[in-house]
Amino acid sequence: MPRKLPALNADNRAFWQGGEHGELLIHRCHGCERFFHPPGPICPHCASLEVEPHAVSGKGKVLSYTLNYQPWIAELEVPYVVAIVELAEQPGLRFISNIVGMDPLAVRIDMPVRVSFLHVEDVWLPLFERDQ
Amino acid sequence: MMFDHRYEKEVAITGIGQSEVGRPSSKSAMRLTVDACLEAVADAGLERSDIDGVACWPGDNNNGDPFSPVGPSALKSALGLNVNWFGGGYEGPGPLAGVINGAMAIAAGLCNHVLVFRTITEASARVHNKQAGALSNKTQGRDSSYSWQWFTPFNVLSGINLMALYAQRHFHEYGTQAEQLAQIALTCRRNAMRNPKAIYRTPMSMDDYMQSRMISTPLRMFDCDVHCDASTAIVLSRRDAARDTRQPPIRIEAIGAALNQPWSWDQISLTEMAAFDVGRMMWARTDYTPSDVDSAQLYDGFSILTMIWLEALGLCPVGQSGAFVEGGQRIALDGDLPINTNGGQLSGGRTHGLGYVHEACLQLWGRAEGRQTAEHRVATVAAGGGPLGGSLLLVRE
Repeated sequence: MPRKLPALNADNRAFWQGGEHGELLIHRCHGCERFFHPPGPICPHCASLEVEPHAVSGKGKVLSYTLNYQPWIAELEVPYVVAIVELAEQPGLRFISNIVGMDPLAVRIDMPVRVSFLHVEDVWLPLFERDQ
Repeated sequence: MMFDHRYEKEVAITGIGQSEVGRPSSKSAMRLTVDACLEAVADAGLERSDIDGVACWPGDNNNGDPFSPVGPSALKSALGLNVNWFGGGYEGPGPLAGVINGAMAIAAGLCNHVLVFRTITEASARVHNKQAGALSNKTQGRDSSYSWQWFTPFNVLSGINLMALYAQRHFHEYGTQAEQLAQIALTCRRNAMRNPKAIYRTPMSMDDYMQSRMISTPLRMFDCDVHCDASTAIVLSRRDAARDTRQPPIRIEAIGAALNQPWSWDQISLTEMAAFDVGRMMWARTDYTPSDVDSAQLYDGFSILTMIWLEALGLCPVGQSGAFVEGGQRIALDGDLPINTNGGQLSGGRTHGLGYVHEACLQLWGRAEGRQTAEHRVATVAAGGGPLGGSLLLVRE
């Protein structure tokens, strides 16, 4: 499937390229020790500037999902699953991704998932598969 | 939440106007805008020279996008207006931001009469390019946008995927069912059949709804609003200046514009969106309560958003919008709480935000011919989805 890629910068590079070494890198604050996403130069919880990307387990669960049936562009293979995955490390720590490697119709909310990277050009997209 | 000064109470709506609603229209975006604005100024009993402010959401953003082809700068010049203040821009409390900003300009003493408008030409744009609107800038090059760079790599190429995530979560947490959600589309269609300007005016059955194409589960084609070419305008006036106008002023009793969460489509509460922050703020600025509301115009760019606004504004208990709309009687024109009385955006046309204000005013003034509600003194309007949200409580004097 075609993938539009993000423009990389000093704040988001770790998230999009951590997969090169098999790591899902999420920004974490040294001040309050909380993770936050999307990544940025300041902790939105305590305003500390002492933040840096930190490897997480890559495990989580499906918070919500949708099966997209609309072929927005010709090359898309439908249906595909768009999901919000909440990471195991912290309640509310989450981002949008795709659930792959399984029957889309079998995806459920609360289903355990683990990260699986898709390498495209200089980006490693963190997708998710069912975690048995 | 404490407020010493509730500025909006110094402001009233004194006139409304709307162009033809075409799919597509043969008129230019500016001509549609001029039609709406001149009608609104005349409706207020004012002259062009009385207008000393212009507000718009989102404005043209210097890109000529059919989502908003005319901004305050172009309109001010076209109409030859002399203004003390004008402004637009996407970032703000959603499609009602023009009303909220315009009211602030009046309360701040900058203006007496502000013209607020919203023009959209997505129907004619799609005649030439089927992808216009949904996919502008979302499929080519690298994505550097604050928001969409987190979505487009996963082929989230339309807002409907984000709304579908809210809907699925609502279904999961509250047991909401497709047949309940369908009542938003069915109610809008029934109302649209009484509105000569509505785009879709043929009957829709539950079967029609259930058989409509699935776009992004659980949302179907009939859960999505319909593109149109149209412009809507309203005149806001300082209340003491409003006394010269022709019809009883409609007071802005309270506004909601709060956002106490990240500005984000996926980090925000999936079941509350910005809407719950907005609703809490609005009711904190008035002695009226949800039970005073005679009719509600609630954003239906996607049907699930109407359901969430019902809960956010306290018009039904949290999580129970499904049961509230079930069967459709309660939200019908002759029900306890008529909603989207002109057919909303689902069947009336995606006039995008200001169309709801126009319809609320028609109802409050008793001018909603063929679809007038029995009670019409207090109305609420809410618009937006995800991190976009704003609301108005309107009271006819």
